[in-house]
Order: sequence, then C-alpha cells, then structure tokens
Amino acid sequence: MWSWVLHRITGVAIYFFLLVHILDTSLVRLSPEAYNAVIGTYKTPIMGLGELALVIAIGYHALNGLRIILIDFWSVGTRYQKLMWYIVLILWVILIAGFAPRQLMHVFGS
Amino acid sequence: MSTAILDNKPNVPEVIPTFTATLIIRRFDPDVDDEPRWQDFDVEVYPTDRILDALHKIKWEQDGSLTFRRSCAHGVCGSDAMRINGRNRLACKTLIKDLDLSKPIYVEAIKGLPLEKDLVVNMDPFFESFKAVQPFLIASSKPDKERLQSVTQRARFDDTTKCILCAACTSSCPVFWTDGQYFGPAAIVNAHRFIFDSRDEGAQVRLDILNDKEGVWRCRTTFNCTDACPRGIEVTKAIAEVKQAIIRGKV
Repeated sequence: MWSWVLHRITGVAIYFFLLVHILDTSLVRLSPEAYNAVIGTYKTPIMGLGELALVIAIGYHALNGLRIILIDFWSVGTRYQKLMWYIVLILWVILIAGFAPRQLMHVFGS
Repeated sequence: MSTAILDNKPNVPEVIPTFTATLIIRRFDPDVDDEPRWQDFDVEVYPTDRILDALHKIKWEQDGSLTFRRSCAHGVCGSDAMRINGRNRLACKTLIKDLDLSKPIYVEAIKGLPLEKDLVVNMDPFFESFKAVQPFLIASSKPDKERLQSVTQRARFDDTTKCILCAACTSSCPVFWTDGQYFGPAAIVNAHRFIFDSRDEGAQVRLDILNDKEGVWRCRTTFNCTDACPRGIEVTKAIAEVKQAIIRGKV
C-alpha cells in the first residue's frame, strides 16, 4: 500500500509542477522579458531545492511506474511485486545519491 | 492402551500458564453513541487462545453487550473478519500470542462498509457486488453424467475457489474505502472463479460486467487484498488475470 501512496503523492506533486512549468514556458510567447524574469527565479536556492525535490519525485514515480507496468503485463509480476518494490527503492536511493550532491553544490556552491 | 497412559500420569492437573492481554475495542451502539468510542478490556488468556476466544470471554464474563459476528469459529464460514492491530484478519485464526503483546491489541470493525454495532457492519453492499458478477455456473449443455474437466483446467481457477466471502480483502482496499461503488476484490475473485472455469460459458458476460468504470480498472494494485486474505488467495493476481482477459478479449 505504501508503494501506491508514495506513487500518488509524487504523481500529484509532479502534476502541479508541470502546470506551473507550462505556464512559465508559455510566457515566452507573451513577453521574452517576463519569461527571463520568471526563469531567473529558478536560480534562487529555494527553487534549487525545489528542483531536487522534483527529481526525487520523478525518480520514484518513473521507477515505480515501470514496476506497475510489470505487475500489469508480466504474467508473474504480481508474485514478485514486493521484491520489485525493494529494487525500485534501491535504484531510487542510488539516483538521489548521484544527483543530490551535484545539485546542492550547484545551489549553495560559489 | 489408553488406561496404561492414564496410570503413568500424576493425579495433579497440569497448570497451563496464562497471561493477561489488553484489548482495546472500538465500540458503537447506535442507540446511545453518536460516535464510535474505544473501550479497553483486560482478559486472562491461554497461549492457545485466539482473538475470538478473548472476545467470547469479554462477552460472557465482562460485558454482555459486546456485539460481533461469528459462526463456525474455525476459519471456514468467514463471519468474523475484523481489523486487528490495523490489519484485516479472521478473529478465529489470529492467535493472541502471535501479536505484539508489549502493546494493547486494537480490535475494530472492517472499514468501508456501514457500521451497525460494535464489530458488526452491514454486509449488503458487499453481497450486492458479489451477486452482480453472476457467481454461478452458466452452461447450456445438459450432460447425462458429470462435466469432465482435466487437472490443468481445474488448476486454472483453483486459487479463487478458496474464497469464503469474509470481506477482509474488499474492506482492506483503499479504493473501496473512498468509492463504495467499486465491485471490490472479493466480487472479482468470485467472477474469476467462473471466468476461467472450462465448464462455464458465461465468461464474456462477466468480463463485460467487470469492464465497467467501477470494475477491474479501479484496481490500483496496492496488494492490500492479497495481504489481508485469510485463505492466502493471490487476489491481486486474480484481478490482473481478469484485466488481461478483458484486454486480450479471450480467456
């Protein structure tokens, strides 16, 4: 059940980011200056941490999404769902471990 | 031979150790209570006692108003499914000593169905879904003898024949909690039992029923049902097989 709860939470979070992202990108058609100003805010530490959270959320949602596809379409997928979830969690941690230090250095470094 | 054994035994009855278990039960009396309330009971139990035995002891010795369902008390009739320490189980198949005794044991009615009194819920919506999938043999042929079936054909739906309709699966499903219209795992399991039966001819009818908005597609593979089933049925697997049968258009 927690695999599903986490999938929902990350899914909804990604949806709201996407909504904002479509809005800020569409600004370029209205006024390139406004677009630059909005995109400029992505350089602030808060947005930098937001990006980190986004990658964490997408990482889980993508990996667990593959697991769900296997559950649905692989004939013995339901039997290995727990093992597959542990694999998802391990890959997720590796992904975060690879990305988080780089991103944090980028945000808080000189 | 039995007398010989009796002779060897000392005349003093063996003392069987007991321990005190604390049960916190979610009570609700529609005549008195506006909201359900938690009430705790201390019961002296044997290591061989199950939650059902503790409930009996409370009802018989402490509070006669405690209300719960049970019939066979041996894990066959499916009457006493309840939420014990946050998990759906049969009270008659849960040994108290197997639970975490450092904490009190929480017992409440199964979720998602209308609460009637204490541990009793209204099972009507559950059985309506069960009836809706036509859980009976549909066959046009009238053979003089039995309807023959190979071992492989029988094995195809063996797992889902084990269902005792206790509602532990359906009432553990988060989708069912929020959407009572969903058929629920138990109804799908019982549809599966006939869809994949080689003697049955009604597979397409049932697949059409379950291809509904409130049918198998509501399943989000949370696996709560598989974890809850006291009969060890791989419920989510059965649902997945019904989904596949609908996608492929064949059984």
